Amino acid sequence: MTAQTLYDKLWSSHVVREEADGTVLLYIDRHLVHEVTSPQAFEGLKLAGRGLWRVDSVVSTADHNTPTDHWDEGIKDPISRQQVETLDANIKSFGALAYFPFKDKGQGIVHVMGPEQGATLPGMTVVCGDSHTSTHGAFGALAHGIGTSEVEHVMATQCLVAKKSKNMLVKVNGPLAAGITGKDVALAIIGKIGTAGGTGYAIEFGGEAIRSLSMEGRMTLCNMAIEAGARSGMVAVDDKTIDYVKGRPFAPGVADWDAAVAYWKTLHSDEGAHFDAVVELDASEIKPQVTWGTSPEMVTDIDGSVPDPAAEADPVKKGSIERALSYMGLTANTPVKDIPVDIVFIGSCTNSRIEDLREAAAVARGRKKAASVKQVLVVPGSGLVKAQAEAEGLDKIFIEAGFEWREPGCSMCLAMNADRLQPGERCASTSNRNFEGRQGQGGRTHLVSPAMAAAAGIAGHFVDIRSL
Amino acid sequence: MKAFTTLSGLVCPLDRANVDTDAIIPKQFLKSIKRSGFGPNLFDEWRYLDHGEPGMDNSVRPLNPDFVLNFPRYQGAQVLLARENFGCGSSREHAPWALDDQGFRVVIAPSFADIFFNNCYKNGLLPIVQPAEVVDQLFRECEAQEGYTLTVDLAAQTITTPAGQVFSFDITEHRKHCLLGGLDEIGLTLQHAEQIKAYEAARRQAQPWLFA
Ligand code: SF4
Repeated sequence: MTAQTLYDKLWSSHVVREEADGTVLLYIDRHLVHEVTSPQAFEGLKLAGRGLWRVDSVVSTADHNTPTDHWDEGIKDPISRQQVETLDANIKSFGALAYFPFKDKGQGIVHVMGPEQGATLPGMTVVCGDSHTSTHGAFGALAHGIGTSEVEHVMATQCLVAKKSKNMLVKVNGPLAAGITGKDVALAIIGKIGTAGGTGYAIEFGGEAIRSLSMEGRMTLCNMAIEAGARSGMVAVDDKTIDYVKGRPFAPGVADWDAAVAYWKTLHSDEGAHFDAVVELDASEIKPQVTWGTSPEMVTDIDGSVPDPAAEADPVKKGSIERALSYMGLTANTPVKDIPVDIVFIGSCTNSRIEDLREAAAVARGRKKAASVKQVLVVPGSGLVKAQAEAEGLDKIFIEAGFEWREPGCSMCLAMNADRLQPGERCASTSNRNFEGRQGQGGRTHLVSPAMAAAAGIAGHFVDIRSL
Repeated sequence: MKAFTTLSGLVCPLDRANVDTDAIIPKQFLKSIKRSGFGPNLFDEWRYLDHGEPGMDNSVRPLNPDFVLNFPRYQGAQVLLARENFGCGSSREHAPWALDDQGFRVVIAPSFADIFFNNCYKNGLLPIVQPAEVVDQLFRECEAQEGYTLTVDLAAQTITTPAGQVFSFDITEHRKHCLLGGLDEIGLTLQHAEQIKAYEAARRQAQPWLFA
């Protein structure tokens, strides 16, 4: 048999039928559903008199619109409330394997909830009406975001009409330096290949540095595959994957465990498998990353400076840099360490898991928020992450440092709820997108790791966490 | 879905790279549980001088006179000319819904983000990839000539300029077939229900832990 990549294996094992032009019906094992991209899909099913093809493939939660404080007061924004209540009603009438509604202790950001419930398993196809579904590829699963028409299509048929992507291997060689996280690796990769570098590809992340990442670090990395243009990112299964899955609510039980593990162990690229593109990075060169612009590829490291558009020859790129600097209120050649921040946001499906909170707390412990920083928001990814953090006393560390400890949800990652930047405010954020207006109209976002975000909140400007 | 066959439409040039779906339709409008009505909020943050929220009367909001969509010469445009990596970011299908609702039927760019590209086809919107030099040329011609229109013929897979220059484009047979006929993809897939069931039964046998 010819050597296959991990993506080849995941793809071919889910093909139900293939047309002459290569269009495939791809079987979907897990469908994650949230309130923003599902109402029109459920509506479509109702209008056509259709139901869910497989109720037990659906796992759902409300995350984008939910508030992160004053839960006793419910959802104040009537339009947000209607969207969340619409999901409640749709799940009630269509069914699901599991539903974690607003205020449930299992509620959380869909990409945090899935893995922690064991609803994401190696070898699965996982889809969700959300581009950061690539997160689940950390488990050796084929996972990607879909649009609402596709959400409806999967609900009705359990399949996706799809075409195979090309294979890309991103190899990060050698060990990571101390303090360097999955977030820094992700941003360094995007800085190298660009936000369209992965378009048309499924990316497998490999190499010593990737193997050394924890499952949570791998989730952070795969989460940002979409910011490199790739719908899906993935990491081969190893013992860390299997240990992480074991014992979770929807993981295989004792009867199936050995067979599942035996299969999962085949989920890696074969020796000599062909990749259409290979990108290599040297892990030792990756320093703490900070974005300066309005696209994740506009990134440098903590020792870097804001670029000078005058030095850019390509007119389209030059225009982008000029527009970004003007939007961000930055002057060319400013050292990153001299950029002050107004707000810090620690959260999102990229960086709101327990290890992220531990890293931020390690920086915050015994220190105080800078007086010039208006607010440091810490938003755990799920109710379970919140409970774990509180059991470890992380909440107290944050509160003593002058940070705010909130209820779980997407929060200021996209500012659909009340947590948002005011025009002109500058934020050190652990989220994944620094687009114009992403965290609130006129808001200015710098993407960083959790430790870097916490450190900026303490110092009032970006600092090198390696010097703390 | 709306069928797409041929179109002769006015072209509007949007000269920015990496236009993301947050810019195409900002998140506050995603709270809607409907598929329609997003047109007035297409490119909301660029298009208006004030901050838009759902429920506002968009007809009385102050327009940004410097934004291309507001130029008198581009009113009624059906073809959007764009730069590389158009539609990157969030998977929101509200982006093609908003473009469609505004009256666009075709987007031409050197490259598109994958999810957006896919979402377009589900809504009768045709995304066309052209080499960067061709896109450059179209930008120049469009800006130079008021009332610049392009003719798109899906069956023939061609774009024709007012001067009669013809460019061809690629599309998969499946997508072309669905767009030309305005076909319901779910209905098409369900014609293969027996095959899906057979696949599913085999999977249940081989990997029972995937089934509750
Ligand atoms: S945390 Fe942000 S990126 Fe993640 S699902 Fe929520 S809104 Fe999307």
